[in-house]
Amino acid sequence: MRLVILDNYDLASEWAAKYICNRIIQFKPGQDRYFTLGLPTGSTPLGCYKKLIEYHKNGHLSFKYVKTFNMDEYVGLPRNHPESYHSYMWNNFFKHIDIDPNNAHILDGNAADLQAECDAFEKKIKEAGGIDLFVGGIGPDGHIAFNEPGSSLVSRTRLKTLAMDTILANAKYFDGDLSKVPTMALTVGVGTVMDAREVMILITGAHKAFALYKAIEEGVNHMWTVSAFQQHPRTIFVCDEDATLELRVKTVKYFKGCQTWHNLTLIFTNLILLLITRSTVVMTLMPMEIFMDLENNKLVSSLSLPLLFHQRRSCHQVMQDNFFSQHPTQIIIHNLLTLTVLMKSLLC
Amino acid sequence: MRGGQGAAEARVLQFTNCRILRGGKLLREDLWVRGGRILDPEKLFFEERRVADERRDCGGRILAPGFIDVQINGGFGVDFSQATEDVGSGVALVARRILSHGVTSFCPTLVTSPPEVYHKVVPQIPVKSGGPHGAGVLGLHLEGPFISREKRGAHPEAHLRSFEANAFQDLLATYGPLDNVRIVTLAPELGHSHEVIRELTTRGICVSLGHSVADLRAAEDAVWSGATFITHLFNAMLPFHHRDPGIVGLLTSDRLPAGRCIFYGMIADGTHTNPAALRIAHRAHPQGLVLVTDAIPALGLGNGRHTLGQQEVEVDGLTAYVAGTKTLSGSIAPMDVCVRHFLQATDFVVLDDSLHVQATYISGELVWQAEAARQ
Repeated sequence: MRLVILDNYDLASEWAAKYICNRIIQFKPGQDRYFTLGLPTGSTPLGCYKKLIEYHKNGHLSFKYVKTFNMDEYVGLPRNHPESYHSYMWNNFFKHIDIDPNNAHILDGNAADLQAECDAFEKKIKEAGGIDLFVGGIGPDGHIAFNEPGSSLVSRTRLKTLAMDTILANAKYFDGDLSKVPTMALTVGVGTVMDAREVMILITGAHKAFALYKAIEEGVNHMWTVSAFQQHPRTIFVCDEDATLELRVKTVKYFKGCQTWHNLTLIFTNLILLLITRSTVVMTLMPMEIFMDLENNKLVSSLSLPLLFHQRRSCHQVMQDNFFSQHPTQIIIHNLLTLTVLMKSLLC
Repeated sequence: MRGGQGAAEARVLQFTNCRILRGGKLLREDLWVRGGRILDPEKLFFEERRVADERRDCGGRILAPGFIDVQINGGFGVDFSQATEDVGSGVALVARRILSHGVTSFCPTLVTSPPEVYHKVVPQIPVKSGGPHGAGVLGLHLEGPFISREKRGAHPEAHLRSFEANAFQDLLATYGPLDNVRIVTLAPELGHSHEVIRELTTRGICVSLGHSVADLRAAEDAVWSGATFITHLFNAMLPFHHRDPGIVGLLTSDRLPAGRCIFYGMIADGTHTNPAALRIAHRAHPQGLVLVTDAIPALGLGNGRHTLGQQEVEVDGLTAYVAGTKTLSGSIAPMDVCVRHFLQATDFVVLDDSLHVQATYISGELVWQAEAARQ
């Protein structure tokens, strides 16, 4: 797995959003080639959604050829209830982007035959060619989607009764009234998410720290269903400092060190490319923006032009706005200067 | 008023980059319209699986519901209470001109007049939908002649009436057929008024209390009989007194039928009521407040002498008096001026906009646009 640790919630959300953005752009989706994305709900991914909307509004990301599959939905809650996941997705994401409504799939918690609805959902995922990137969160009890402790690690989409931990955690959305919280939900299974080609789990906040510890430092256990992803070939855990509070210092140091190594490698690779080709390549120097696929040893093309804009903007922390320009020479100068600054900070 | 046929096939219009009024607040949301009706975009997305056919950028402005004026006696030289040959074109002229004030529906108001005038004019003003031709006519507002002598204001004394023994028949004889009538203002202290109020209410006509010297008890009884509105609060009624609040006391009365909300019109032109009085009414009963213009034919025209029904009126700036007296006679402040004045008086959360009308839409169709906004 990859464990990417950012300083705070906002940076973690931005990293995750950029990752998703990059994946979609690299995939080059089109008329016959849709990018399938699995999506979560809850308070953790809100920052990520906001950033994705920002990239869309800036014209850098289109969801026209993206198909989305949400993880779960409450049973028995009217679709237009303000706390239903349909409402959440509409208000926080769909209404701000250009996705085709026929490509936004959410389980229907009010279907007449719930199991048939679940089976149909699995079928839709299969017909879409499987999920390219499944984004998820983690519950305080270590669950993925609503696969509560004790869920089979090879389960498929089905009806689940919510655990007390989950109901307590969700009460805040229902005026703190436990009796108003739905007790059942339709959810994708652990097996369904494991089938995705890539999985990204967002974990932020100290209240999730113990769950993260159980998920990655202990064994695979159906009591902490996120631990199943230890057996997935391509999983990324994106977290903030607070979420790492229960991890071993050794683990944190190892993965933070990996990031620095990623950055350095990318810098030098880019520098060589720059000097050889003089192409309008930009390298990004903030740790969150390096997208190097270590497992496959490929240089992920964070080099495409649209991304120039994202990466420049966050380089404001290092450089002034004055250097923003599309002129190749100025870009090269910008890069060399920021490279110097990073070298200084890395060596000190 | 609007048909629903073919609505599912009609174009979906999305107004973006605007602020809309919802739940008493201004929110940054998009407004979706189809076939003249406002849509629930969430339903459109998840059930019909459709997106907007057309988008219109509102430039960050406020999108407010079209104003409805329930008390307007005329304007631009047109007097609704005059029995002219072609009443219809007069109404159409006013309907078209008030679009620029943001008014999308109105109730043409007739002041106290002799029965002949009612018999001639009332049938000529039918209920009509709004559109590019002008604001919609919701029905007539008949203010008088069954009102109090002491509080007649600018209404002519000669034509005031009271109810005789056969009260409702008397009313029918005065007005003629009531098909086009939507609101009737009367004084509840008049004898036999309760049977009239009940009869009018069963016919779906809103009864409004005004131009009256009724005390609070009489006003409450009238509400129990079916009255739901108060005509220009504070004006042409007994002033609020702490031992007998009169009609004004209806705003906070606890002796009204359960669940009934009493509405009251207020003329926020800066002349008819002091801003402090406006605030008192608003704070006491904000849900019932209805802004009206009580505009007279001089609206939109300059200073000078004009007519209102059977009276002569003198206009000076934003005030209008019965010629030669100090009796206020209607108003010449357009609706959007009243809204702005009300905003200043009651200190809403002020947003960047100064509430100047930029464009008026009826059923999702642009029917008027300010010069600056025209491209």
